[in-house]
Amino acid sequence: MNQEFIAIYFLWKREIIRFLRSKSRIIGSIGMPFFFLVMLGFGIGGIVSLEGGGSYLDFVAPGILGMVLLFGSVFSGAIVIIDKQFGFLKETLVAPVRRESIVLGKALGGASTAVIQGMLMIFVMAILGVSIPLHTIPLLFAVMFLVSIAFVSLGISLASIMEDMHGFQLIVNFLIFPMFLFSGAIFPLDSVPEILQYLSYIDPLTYGVDAMRIVLMGTARFSLALDLGVLVAFLAVTTSLAAYLFRRIEN
Amino acid sequence: MPIISASNITKKFNSFTAVNSVSLQVEKGEIFGLLGPNGAGKTTFISMLVTMKRPSSGRAEVNGFDVSSDPRGVRKSIGIVFQDQALDEELTAYENLDLHAALYSVPRNEREIRIMEVLKMVELDSRRDDQVKTFSGGMRRRLEIARGLIHYPKVLFLDEPTLGLDPQTRKHIWEYINKLRREHNVTVFLTTHYMEEADTLCDRIAIIDHGKIIMMDTPSGLKDSLGGDTLLLECSSPRKLCSTLKGQECIIDSKPHNGKLTLRLDNGEKKIPMIMQKARDAGVAVSSVSLHKPTLDDVFLHYTGRTIREENISSAESFRMHARARRRMR
Repeated sequence: MNQEFIAIYFLWKREIIRFLRSKSRIIGSIGMPFFFLVMLGFGIGGIVSLEGGGSYLDFVAPGILGMVLLFGSVFSGAIVIIDKQFGFLKETLVAPVRRESIVLGKALGGASTAVIQGMLMIFVMAILGVSIPLHTIPLLFAVMFLVSIAFVSLGISLASIMEDMHGFQLIVNFLIFPMFLFSGAIFPLDSVPEILQYLSYIDPLTYGVDAMRIVLMGTARFSLALDLGVLVAFLAVTTSLAAYLFRRIEN
Repeated sequence: MPIISASNITKKFNSFTAVNSVSLQVEKGEIFGLLGPNGAGKTTFISMLVTMKRPSSGRAEVNGFDVSSDPRGVRKSIGIVFQDQALDEELTAYENLDLHAALYSVPRNEREIRIMEVLKMVELDSRRDDQVKTFSGGMRRRLEIARGLIHYPKVLFLDEPTLGLDPQTRKHIWEYINKLRREHNVTVFLTTHYMEEADTLCDRIAIIDHGKIIMMDTPSGLKDSLGGDTLLLECSSPRKLCSTLKGQECIIDSKPHNGKLTLRLDNGEKKIPMIMQKARDAGVAVSSVSLHKPTLDDVFLHYTGRTIREENISSAESFRMHARARRRMR
């Protein structure tokens, strides 16, 4: 058992080292969300007002945070494809270590890098004037980690059944980006057509964004208990799927 | 007791039989080579021994562990250097080895000592903190061999260890492999399609073609099986020389043909003076002598009816080498 923990720790460390060494990945990961935040927060924020008051910038900030975590996590999962292409995956697959440990090490590592990206974004947000109450930070990080590990597992699952990055690009365009748009990250879902509301209910990111909004702003659409319940269920599904699909990778 | 033993091991992919009922045994401390053209089933065979692929039928044991029922036992006993590179290029040499040592349960307080030991062995200790992406192809290969040794494996599997490397680097790697066996008594199982590699490095060779083992012996045993050396003499009267030499026990076969005489005999280089003496006595003027020792190429040709070279640059290999070259340029 102890041996498996060591393997998980070292695989986690590998993800962190790779992330910290890749300056372009760090900058790139918060580049697009940063422009979204500025464009929406200051562009649209100037011309719309929210029901019940509050600034649009404060409303959209948790959504943008969700965007950072979503994309950061899924791309961390994509590292399985890069490992396949560069041959490194074999090295881990033939080691006397359980496949589940390999998945867990990768998932924890990927989630940690996504949370680091999220922290950078929070820092940027604070500079831009988003109100981030300090006492909410611990709970916020917990929610961020929960969201990240669930989506990293989704990324690992997808990467396990794919041969190259081209297919992954397709997934990003048709699954990940819509997930972001339908999550209510950038507009309140109460005022959209019913069909879009239903789409948002089946979008797991909806509950992640909602939870972060509750933590930061005090209130949102659902209750924190419901959000966390759905997220934990989603986490259970994606991690099981990742473990199952990763185990089936042919050497 | 042999450290590797395979009996009637077979691997089928749908209707295609990649490895067809192969049986072989490798003794402890041996350097054993599996020689054959691309697509002969070498990598598939090694993949079954290292538990990466399950045999369709047959049994194999490595270090006493069954590859099908106890893959973990096998994995702990072996080191592997894959045909294609399997390093993390973003990590340094040290980090790659450290990760490997952790995955193979090398105790924490021994990790650094062993890493430095293997890095010294492959002369990469001065580059320990450099990222692998700055390494040349030969250095990467050496690093992978070093990595395969950190957990003190009983058997080291090398799949085409010198594919795509220049001759100098290749010799270097042969030296390391010899040193391994000398100093650590590691058993080495390697595949290759380079005749010279099999000949100079291996204690025993199995020739594999179309998934079947055709011959298995020491390199000299294989060459001797062809029946001696070939001596080609250019002379004034081949027929006369031929009849003069009749009755010499050492000569297996002789054939005169327009101005030349071809002899097959054992230890040809030792018989040349005797033959020259006989020629002089018979008044035959010899203008040139050439001796051809059988090579593994001849052995391969003899048993398969093809030369291994015809198959060398298959599209698969040239693709792989291009991919490597591309990686190296990055």
